Amino acid sequence: MTSSDTLLDISDLSIDFTTRNGPVRVVDGLTLSLPRGKTVCLVGESGCGKSVTAKSILRVLDLQAKITSGTIRLGDSDITALHLDSPELRAVRGGKIGMIHQEPMSFLSPLYTVGNQIIEALQLHRKIDAKTARAAAIDMLRQVGMPEPETRVDRYVFELSGGQRQRAMIAMALICQPRLLIADEPTTALDVTTQANILDLLRRLQAEQGMAVLFITHDLGVVEEIADEVAVMYLGRIVEQGPAAEVLANPKHPYTRGLLASMPRLDGDFNRPLRAIPGMVPAPANRPSGCPFRTRCDIARAGICDTHVPEAVTVGTDHSAACHALGEFASQFALPATALQPAAVATNVSTAKALPLLRVERLTKVFPIRKGFLERTVGHVRAVSEVSFTIARGETLGLVGESGCGKSTLARTLVGLHRADGGTITFEAEDGPIDIHTAKGAIARTLRRDMRMVFQDPTGSLNPRMRVRDIIGEVLEVNTTMSRAEIYTRVEALLGEVGLSPDYATRYPHAFSGGQRQRIAIARALASNPRLVIADEAVSALDVSVQTQIINLMKRLQENLGLTYLFVSHDLGVIANVSDRVAVMYAGRIVEMGATEAIFHTPCHPYTEALLAAIPGKGRRMNPSLRIEGHAPSGGATERGCAFAVRCRYASTQCRSSVPVLRPTGSGQVVACHRADDLSLASPVRAA
Amino acid sequence: MLSFVIRRTFYAIPALIAVSFISFMVIALPPGDFVDRLAQERAALGDTMTATEIQSLRAAYGLDRPVLTQYWTWISGIVLRGDFGYSFSWNLPVSEVIWPRIGLTVVLSVASLLFIWVVAIPIGIYSAVRRYSVGDYVFTFIGFLGLAIPNFLLALAVMYVAFTVFGQHVGGLFSPQYVEAPWSWGKVMDLFAHLWLPMIVLGTAGTANVIRVIRANLIDEVRKPYVTAARAKGMVETRLLLKYPVRHALNPFVSSQNDIFVDIISGGTIVAIVMGLQTTGPLLLDALRTQDMNMAASFILMLSVLVVLGTLLSDLVLGWLDPRIRYQQG
Repeated sequence: MTSSDTLLDISDLSIDFTTRNGPVRVVDGLTLSLPRGKTVCLVGESGCGKSVTAKSILRVLDLQAKITSGTIRLGDSDITALHLDSPELRAVRGGKIGMIHQEPMSFLSPLYTVGNQIIEALQLHRKIDAKTARAAAIDMLRQVGMPEPETRVDRYVFELSGGQRQRAMIAMALICQPRLLIADEPTTALDVTTQANILDLLRRLQAEQGMAVLFITHDLGVVEEIADEVAVMYLGRIVEQGPAAEVLANPKHPYTRGLLASMPRLDGDFNRPLRAIPGMVPAPANRPSGCPFRTRCDIARAGICDTHVPEAVTVGTDHSAACHALGEFASQFALPATALQPAAVATNVSTAKALPLLRVERLTKVFPIRKGFLERTVGHVRAVSEVSFTIARGETLGLVGESGCGKSTLARTLVGLHRADGGTITFEAEDGPIDIHTAKGAIARTLRRDMRMVFQDPTGSLNPRMRVRDIIGEVLEVNTTMSRAEIYTRVEALLGEVGLSPDYATRYPHAFSGGQRQRIAIARALASNPRLVIADEAVSALDVSVQTQIINLMKRLQENLGLTYLFVSHDLGVIANVSDRVAVMYAGRIVEMGATEAIFHTPCHPYTEALLAAIPGKGRRMNPSLRIEGHAPSGGATERGCAFAVRCRYASTQCRSSVPVLRPTGSGQVVACHRADDLSLASPVRAA
Repeated sequence: MLSFVIRRTFYAIPALIAVSFISFMVIALPPGDFVDRLAQERAALGDTMTATEIQSLRAAYGLDRPVLTQYWTWISGIVLRGDFGYSFSWNLPVSEVIWPRIGLTVVLSVASLLFIWVVAIPIGIYSAVRRYSVGDYVFTFIGFLGLAIPNFLLALAVMYVAFTVFGQHVGGLFSPQYVEAPWSWGKVMDLFAHLWLPMIVLGTAGTANVIRVIRANLIDEVRKPYVTAARAKGMVETRLLLKYPVRHALNPFVSSQNDIFVDIISGGTIVAIVMGLQTTGPLLLDALRTQDMNMAASFILMLSVLVVLGTLLSDLVLGWLDPRIRYQQG
């Protein structure tokens, strides 16, 4: 790459965090150059120093972080040499380089309208009067696809939907037409459909404005979707970089390979187990000597990897990787073809799973809308509307849909965290069926032992003031007659079962990482030997490799203990890899349900088709008109017509007048669509 | 915003009714009344009142009627005619005694509040931004000192210094020649000349409190992502600080102002007695001692009304400052 193509050149950048125990290096000699007009993706798990690197480019690091060496060249000037209060640096910030962040809700102030904050960004860099600036802001909002920009400009951030917030933030970053846009996980918090739209938008804006983009993500699907080049980061260093297509198709570094292997698979056989990278990213303070990845690497060689820091080696056109197995020591690595052993997970493809464990019939949950002076009920939200399904013994039913579609409400109603307003839930306990609604006393206790839940946020769902053994043991203490000693023995066995050391029993939750906490939450769910476990977005908050570890753990436990899962997730990749059957939910109703392969390969509902088309990394191959705008109606199910009709490209007049009911299709699933018979829908997911 | 104002104002009405009822009951329910007290005093002087005398006096003051009737007479007089009843011990309508005092109390309280803001807000911002600097430690130390020293002690010390060092006339809110004089330009200037001492004394504890509140809130706010976002836009630090984190930190500050206002009004009594201020505190104490029912109840009512209005005001300011409160509860 010649220097005239280079917009920003980061060279040998090191950043230290000041801590009580002295400085800790979080970015370690990072070298990366960003070409003009191209998108570079910076990929890695959390804790690898991606965001710190991004912030250092604008010198907006937190107080405890300090650049200790290296240069960041933008044109002729070195950003690291600029004074923090200098006008030159301020001209770079927002003027030459714009930045967008993961959480628009916390990165935009709720006290000012989005228009105020966009106009401010413009007026900081251009001498322009208020009226012109406002017109420019509205125009920018229109360019980023904000509906009704003239009125939205005066809205506050909390009045906008998730996608609209992100559009407002993009408008704020781009209003000064920067030459570089830094995007720090801008789509991670969004629904898959909204994410697809935002990625399309960024691609379009980049082409129109000819700017460079540094896109930070942990999602390799997003990389596939948007990147021209990719740089993989591990513990503060770039371990591999090169053209995106080349790196994804032909990864050289064991870390890149591990990341790719642990990604939920959408092509081919869903039941093939995923290979997780063992362990997790160590804290920067505990950086291993030599190659930082060696502690998790399955080809690491003692005497080389633990003593020498690997240098980047050219492995192809513009493609380099920092691994001893590729450099001068290559001969000492007899690189076996099956370097990464698949985790020992037995695959169980549909054994006899006919007997139902849970039967849900016409379940409805309604929330009142309260308004006005006296908080009177002025209407109702039908969060779950006449939902019927069964879960067979030993199977996993995946429940998928955008946020606000009612999937969490459904899960919480099943375990009794919400009281159903209609319909029945029948649980087939060992001594006969139980109606969950009317269960009382000992029967209700049976239910509480047999149906357990794992929540999304392991930090929020574990009491920080209780020891692990009390957190896990509480359910036994309340529901059984076991003695304290028996409970503690059981807790230690459970910890072993979820892959944690029994010594952890006396520690408090804060001592654990996110993945370990989720293991504790799973151990708690398993404590009472349940038969049904409801996992509500149980892996959504975790890094991809940890996510895969947890999925594999849950699959193994299902195998060993004969568990039945209801697995709620918005992530189609996860759903595809854990579920035997999938139910797709929209606006409080199940719109399509069937075997995983059928749903992913031959979708029959336009909503399912749109969801599949939005999976990152798949969209480019598809017809872009499959993208859907907007978001699931928060009002839940409407009583007139199909709730999806307003976003559906196939909607007919019938769709707007009568509610479709679930009925079987030729390909073996059930679907609620008036036009299911005359549509032939596409799927980007290829069969094996 | 309008619906928010109307709603908040509407919510204040039941609070005011409850406050008026409780104020009156607190005074009326304990055994004994003004006439008992009068008879006792007379007896001490050797002039025993006869049962008939006591009875007729009670009838004259209306103290023989049921408590609820008395409350109704009192409150309906206030609401309909602005008549707070008759002060037994002053032999004057309560309103004639009470209004000038309430006026001065409000002036003094507002002055103290302004003093607190002017001193504490800049110091609080400075302490948060230059955390753990020498200046932060000095201000923190002085702040804790101000919090720890009882007001009346500080009053005595300040009065002593003002009198011996500056030779200023201390005590009271006016020089002797103006105390009984009608309002004039000279009297106003005289009031301001006297006001600063009690203002500082009453404001010290509040100042220390506000410095801590602002410092703590601001330290939380300057680490928030929206500050990073604003910095990444290229804002100048001072402007950024004032537009974003300070504005966010004002929320808990504004909601704590009412507590400080209440502290100033109620904590002012001892200081007022020590410094001989013509505010409500000393008068209320006298009224309670002599069981001058109308007077005491009216005072308590007025002070409680001030507190309710203060809460209303701080809620409205919060709604004005924070669109989340305006819109999300609307």
